[in-house]
Amino acid sequence: MAMDSAEIAALIKAALPDAVVTIEDLAGDGDHYAATVVSSAFKGISRVKQHQIVYAALQGRMGGVLHALALQTSAPD
Amino acid sequence: MSNPVFDRIQADISANPVVLFMKGTPVFPQCGFSARVVQILSHVGVPFKGVNVLEDMEIREGIKAFANWPTIPQLYVKGEFVGGCDIVTEMFQSGELQTLLEDNGVMPKATA
Repeated sequence: MAMDSAEIAALIKAALPDAVVTIEDLAGDGDHYAATVVSSAFKGISRVKQHQIVYAALQGRMGGVLHALALQTSAPD
Repeated sequence: MSNPVFDRIQADISANPVVLFMKGTPVFPQCGFSARVVQILSHVGVPFKGVNVLEDMEIREGIKAFANWPTIPQLYVKGEFVGGCDIVTEMFQSGELQTLLEDNGVMPKATA
């Protein structure tokens, strides 16, 4: 089981409608991705909390079907 | 209703200033992300305790619920969850990790 990048982006945008999401497939195996997520929802909160918001958006897939997601989050300037 | 696994985790992170829950051991990491955090901690020269979650399935799953964080490795400093591989790498590159370690008094004293 694996995921495709469009599915990941869709899940993140469903939780963060204003998010600008870029996804890179690191290994071509459907479960090693790098993603950057920019959203105003991240303004003023810690990196851990920002990543937790993204993991929650992925509804439990993180660490399961999605083995690795190198994540960079930020708020728009 | 206390959670015995959480209690074990809490005891470990309270008894040790810097704890890295990882796959493998600091000498033989068995995952690229765990290995990277070991490299960073060794590079900044902070002593730390490695907990091999591959040897303890209860901890391997319990730690994810404990920190509400779905992946391994997980770094703790003075009982506080700092982050996984991405965050520790970002903090190292920005210098925040070194500051956090110094502010928490876990860096070895420079020997004159």
